[in-house]
Amino acid sequence: MSSNKKYWKSVEELDGNSSIVEALRNNEFVEEIPTDEFLGNNDALSSSSTTRRDFLKYVGFSTAAATLAACEGPVNLSIPYVVQPEQIIPGIADYYATSVFDGFDFANLLVKTREGRPIKIDNNKMVGAKFAANARIHASILSLYDSMRLKEPKIAGKSASWIDVDSKIKSSLASAKAKGGKVVLLTNTLASPSTEKLISEFLAKNANASHVIYDAVSESEALDAFEMVYGERALVDYDFSKASVIVSVGADFLGDWQGGSYDSSYAKGRIPQGPKGSQKISRHFQLEANMTLSGAAADKRVAMSTANQKQALVLIYNTVVGASVPVTLDVKYKAEVTKAAQQLKVAGSKGVLVSGIQDRNAQLLVLAINQALSSESFSTVGTRQIRKGSSQKVAQLVAAMKAGSVHTLIMSGVNPVYTLPNSNDFVEGLKKVSLSASFSLKEDETASLTTIAAAAPHYLESWGDVSITKGTYGLTQPTIRPLFNTKQFQDVLMSLNGTVGTYYNYLKANIASNAPGTSWNTVLHDGIFVGTIPSSSAGSANYAAAANELAQSKNAAGFELVLYTKTGLGDGQQANNPWLQEFPDPITRVSWDNYVTVSAADAKKLELSNEIVADGGLNGSYATITANGVTLEKVPVIVQPGQAIGTVGLSLGYGKKAALKEEMQVGLNAYSLYKGFNNVQSVTLSKADGVHEFASVQGQKTLMGRGDIIKETTLEIFNTKDAEVWNKQPMVSLDHKEVKATSVDLWSSFDRSVGHHFNLSIDLNACTGCGACVIACHAENNVPVVGKEEIRRSRDMHWLRIDRYYSSEETFAGDNERKENIAGLSSSLSTFNEMETASENPQVSFQPVMCQHCNHAPCETVCPVAATSHSRQGQNHMAYNRCVGTRYCANNCPYKVRRFNWFLYNKNSEFDFHMNDDLGRMVLNPDVSLRSRGVMEKCSMCIQSTQATILAAKNAGRAIVDGEFQTACSSACSTGAMVFGDINDKESQVAKLVEDERMYHLLEHVGTKPNVIYHVKVRNT
Amino acid sequence: MKKMGYHNSIPRKLYFSLALILSLSLSSFSQDAQPVVAAAPVADAAAAPAVMQGGDPVKGKELFNANCAACHKLDAKATGPALRGVGAKYDKQWLYKWIHNSADLIKSGDAQAVKIYEEYKPAVMNAFPQLSEGDIDNIIAYTMEPKAVAPVATVADAKVPGTEPSSGGLSNNIVLGALLLVMAILIVMLLLVNNVLSKIAAANGIVIPVKAPKTSQSIWKAFAKNQFLVLVSSIFMLLAGAYFIYGYLMQIGVDQDYAPVQPIHYSHRIHAGSNGINCNYCHSSARVSKHSGIPSLNVCMNCHKSIAEVSDTTATEEYSKDFYDKEIAKLYKAVGWDKDAQKYTGKTEPVKWVRIHNLPSFVYFNHSQHVNVAGVECQTCHGPVQTYEIQKQFAPLTMSWCIDCHRKTEVKMEGNEYYTKIHEQLSKKYGVEKLTAAQMGGLECGKCHY
Repeated sequence: MSSNKKYWKSVEELDGNSSIVEALRNNEFVEEIPTDEFLGNNDALSSSSTTRRDFLKYVGFSTAAATLAACEGPVNLSIPYVVQPEQIIPGIADYYATSVFDGFDFANLLVKTREGRPIKIDNNKMVGAKFAANARIHASILSLYDSMRLKEPKIAGKSASWIDVDSKIKSSLASAKAKGGKVVLLTNTLASPSTEKLISEFLAKNANASHVIYDAVSESEALDAFEMVYGERALVDYDFSKASVIVSVGADFLGDWQGGSYDSSYAKGRIPQGPKGSQKISRHFQLEANMTLSGAAADKRVAMSTANQKQALVLIYNTVVGASVPVTLDVKYKAEVTKAAQQLKVAGSKGVLVSGIQDRNAQLLVLAINQALSSESFSTVGTRQIRKGSSQKVAQLVAAMKAGSVHTLIMSGVNPVYTLPNSNDFVEGLKKVSLSASFSLKEDETASLTTIAAAAPHYLESWGDVSITKGTYGLTQPTIRPLFNTKQFQDVLMSLNGTVGTYYNYLKANIASNAPGTSWNTVLHDGIFVGTIPSSSAGSANYAAAANELAQSKNAAGFELVLYTKTGLGDGQQANNPWLQEFPDPITRVSWDNYVTVSAADAKKLELSNEIVADGGLNGSYATITANGVTLEKVPVIVQPGQAIGTVGLSLGYGKKAALKEEMQVGLNAYSLYKGFNNVQSVTLSKADGVHEFASVQGQKTLMGRGDIIKETTLEIFNTKDAEVWNKQPMVSLDHKEVKATSVDLWSSFDRSVGHHFNLSIDLNACTGCGACVIACHAENNVPVVGKEEIRRSRDMHWLRIDRYYSSEETFAGDNERKENIAGLSSSLSTFNEMETASENPQVSFQPVMCQHCNHAPCETVCPVAATSHSRQGQNHMAYNRCVGTRYCANNCPYKVRRFNWFLYNKNSEFDFHMNDDLGRMVLNPDVSLRSRGVMEKCSMCIQSTQATILAAKNAGRAIVDGEFQTACSSACSTGAMVFGDINDKESQVAKLVEDERMYHLLEHVGTKPNVIYHVKVRNT
Repeated sequence: MKKMGYHNSIPRKLYFSLALILSLSLSSFSQDAQPVVAAAPVADAAAAPAVMQGGDPVKGKELFNANCAACHKLDAKATGPALRGVGAKYDKQWLYKWIHNSADLIKSGDAQAVKIYEEYKPAVMNAFPQLSEGDIDNIIAYTMEPKAVAPVATVADAKVPGTEPSSGGLSNNIVLGALLLVMAILIVMLLLVNNVLSKIAAANGIVIPVKAPKTSQSIWKAFAKNQFLVLVSSIFMLLAGAYFIYGYLMQIGVDQDYAPVQPIHYSHRIHAGSNGINCNYCHSSARVSKHSGIPSLNVCMNCHKSIAEVSDTTATEEYSKDFYDKEIAKLYKAVGWDKDAQKYTGKTEPVKWVRIHNLPSFVYFNHSQHVNVAGVECQTCHGPVQTYEIQKQFAPLTMSWCIDCHRKTEVKMEGNEYYTKIHEQLSKKYGVEKLTAAQMGGLECGKCHY
């Protein structure tokens, strides 16, 4: 029997009619629960075909699928050619000789291609190829794969076909002819005989047309002066190797002055040569305002403003020529300048004077002085053709455009909207031009404003020719098929001229006249042809008048701003190149920025400062620069030792915005201050609020008297004293006896006498700090770019760095002396404290440092997984796949050359540089692995290339000859400072350098026995 | 990617040892069981020779293969026309003239000759003055033979040399069958014996006592009670487990025997085995480059321009002639070759082969170093490729595999001037004439990892 008991759930049930009882019978809750509110859109939910059960099924299925998929390895595809080109063998590099021409940089090159894509630039070492690649040219290979390039022609911002472009320009030319409007071709310096011929044909066809050459960074005054005297618009090609006394008045000839590429001839005269005891090197005086590479290399550097330099130039003119033009030069400079002038005069034909003063009179005096010296270095035969621009004509063009008299404007290789100081005038004028076209790699500031943005190919995709110096002829050949829908300016020009064929046909047809007595194939193979150089007649001008006029120049009120170009970015064409942005300036060691350089005295006066903050980063004040109504706000300040008091420096080429990735949009556009194409401007400078965070790779400035890191001596001591005096061997105490540090060993040594034993020699005398090796190393070894923030955190990945040291006294010798004289603790503390600050006008030394490949490597002994180990060939190996990232090795490395991958730098959108897009990744060297996050990396002494050289010899069954072994840095070094080779080959150059008396090892007392050697720097003071 | 079994697994070892024992003890049995391979009648021999006008088709075939086959096929158009039945098409005297010097005939304005010339322009037939009229008769006789229908079934047994399984004539199936047979016989015998014994017992009136159920503990409970045994066996189990887990983990990423399905069924057995084509003919960059290179399609077309179909003898049981011909058609499609017009159409589509040997990117391997400098046979690392119908990864491609070889292999130094000085010094150092790759520094990390 069941129970009759009834259980009540609530009092409400007493009342049989209660609505609550009724409701509870049907529903769980009395009140409706607001599920709609909770679930959101009810309509969408009810209309969805996915039920909860389905959803769970999908979740389950996808989880299972993902798990299963994770068990599978990837399926890799191999896609061979359908028809393999005869010259391409997968895995074998092809080299093509070519020439670079971008209006700013010119050089003869050898381009390495793999599987049809260029991956590295080398120097063309054929006889006659004098122009070697600098850092920018080495990096230009990456600009080819720039994802921000203009990929197709555009008319009024819309993509168009080349036929449209052609017809549009043609009809505009016709209407210009009908209306009598002017047609102007505005180009950079071409130095291309064939293009110039095409242009002259164009001008002949269009009577109303003219050609204006525009150099963003002008050498117009020097060109004018040379033209006045010699009747040719060109520049002198100096040969510094023939000079024993070099006086430079404001010319950074080791930088970009007059086209650069002087470092190899300069370095030839800087390596001591001759019989022992009377070895000789050239003596180099540098009078300059900014601290430049040339100033750093100089034996005697005098920091003075440009106005003073003008007076000094007149003074030197007086001394050399024997004139007596009145000179107003401060006494403190007079003695030094007079000394330089007298030595120059004594040197006679072995002396040479150069000047970078943008003043026609000054440039006339340069010609006069060198003529008077009958300098051997100064040759008016075989002149440089790589600067042709005329400031005057450009100014006239802008005026004509503003006046509305220009009908058609065709530009190639220029970006006047960005580079013109009066770019507003140009933009205004551009609106009055009926049709404007710009042939450009990028949709830059100018191309985005012109009617036609014509996509131009990169030089590595183009045909061309270039005559860098008169009498030489180089060809440019494409090393890859055009990546985009581009067309060369020359091809369009030919179509406008009605010439049939392509530019390639045109070049080929003209080879006989451009390179007489040789064949097209020979020139194409060699890349360079040296013809007979017609001698030029001597000329003269009224030098005395020029001197008198120049002597009138006075120091300007306020600060004297000296604009310059940086080793990294140059005129700013390659601003979207991450290698160059991250390349630390050789002098300031700051990357990713431009800044105003101020002398310490002026900085103190204006309360401007630099300081290293707690996170190790460099901070600097902001300044405001005003000149002629133009104001640059928030310019970061770098206090620059050696900056002439009363002057400030600022580099051009930064502050670009158009067609640039966001990370690259750094710095300020100094072209706005480049009034009248004069690099010297009178400005006012004031402190602004805020602190700028720099990305600097070197905090310390001075050597602190540690003369064993950079060993320096003077020529006199070098010639008269024993090596023991100027190349002191470090000693250690063993059994209470002083013994040579190299004789004490903790380790038993490998036997390296068999096979190859590689050594890299670096001659500090020849190194100018140009940084070509740094970029070459990037290209060869797939070194990642980490960005400004990471550089500031000292996480730079450069395998090769060039340390720069200032002396805290006038000279490094003074530093050493001061350190020796420290007595007692208090003196030590105060002295070292003071020695941290660089001198007002310091000596500067550069020291390239990469992995020293120690025979007794401290890194190897601390690796818990043996990821870094030693080889018999002298290379310290790094097995990335073995590394677990403890970073013990980096901590134990006395040279601090190991780099840690804090992040994954490739295919990572956080580091949106070239390794993050498929186009940029085409530059990667397929023989070097890409490092992943969490592993250590470092210089491998280009083991991929030494192994390749060995294999090539084995395959051919021959012995290896000296010079075959090269690292990326040694082959990029055009000064001969870096020499690489096998020291087991006793006849090799490097084996002899190891035996040289100047040879020393870095931190020799540590006993690491490195395979990188340095040579004592000898200064001819 | 396919996961492969752990190659050191114990079951496999046990299995092999069993097979070995069996093969020794039952060798006579297994030999009996081996199927008799019937000598396949050759298709040509089977066809009745149709002797034509005194020509000898057997000699004709030889001559045809030596002189004509480069441009002509019997049944298909190649560079020149198909030749079957050519003797009936043209006058014999005309054929003599044409073959001896076709250019003269065309020049003379002979209508027939000009017509052929026009059709096959720009290809011009070589002159064969060395062929006598008798020779030409023989060739014509050969071309006049009726087309033989291939007896596919018999062809299957005509094995290509080198494709025989190398297990010493004892296949696994036979071993298993033998084993089963022995077991069955044993069981039957035991049953019979039991039957006989119980019959005898019944006859003698012996009652077989039925075993009383055991009152003692079961073996499992006894085992559980013996703590020492539990400890020992669990240690054993753990160790064994660890061994197998380690073995499993060590084969991750080792893709030995990986044989993916390729877009075109390419048979190394036919090319390298039957036809004896040198590996380097197609993989030419192996001699000079780090990559052996997958041949580009134009290399295939060097031969396949005139080989549009496989011969009847190429087909196997598994893959028919039709199957192979379709694969060749795939090649033609990819390379854009119009078989009928004997022309390239220009429409190409690259073949997306599935890469079989996938070395990690951090390993540097150079073919030319091994093939050209060291003179290592391709088969050393790639296995008997000439027998592979489907290409697979032969070697494990693990680091220990590389290093083992570098330890054992002597460097081939003779005649290579690069080694002269190094060899002299090294042999002095080690006091031996022959040096291994390891002694040359072939084990250093950076030699392969950079």
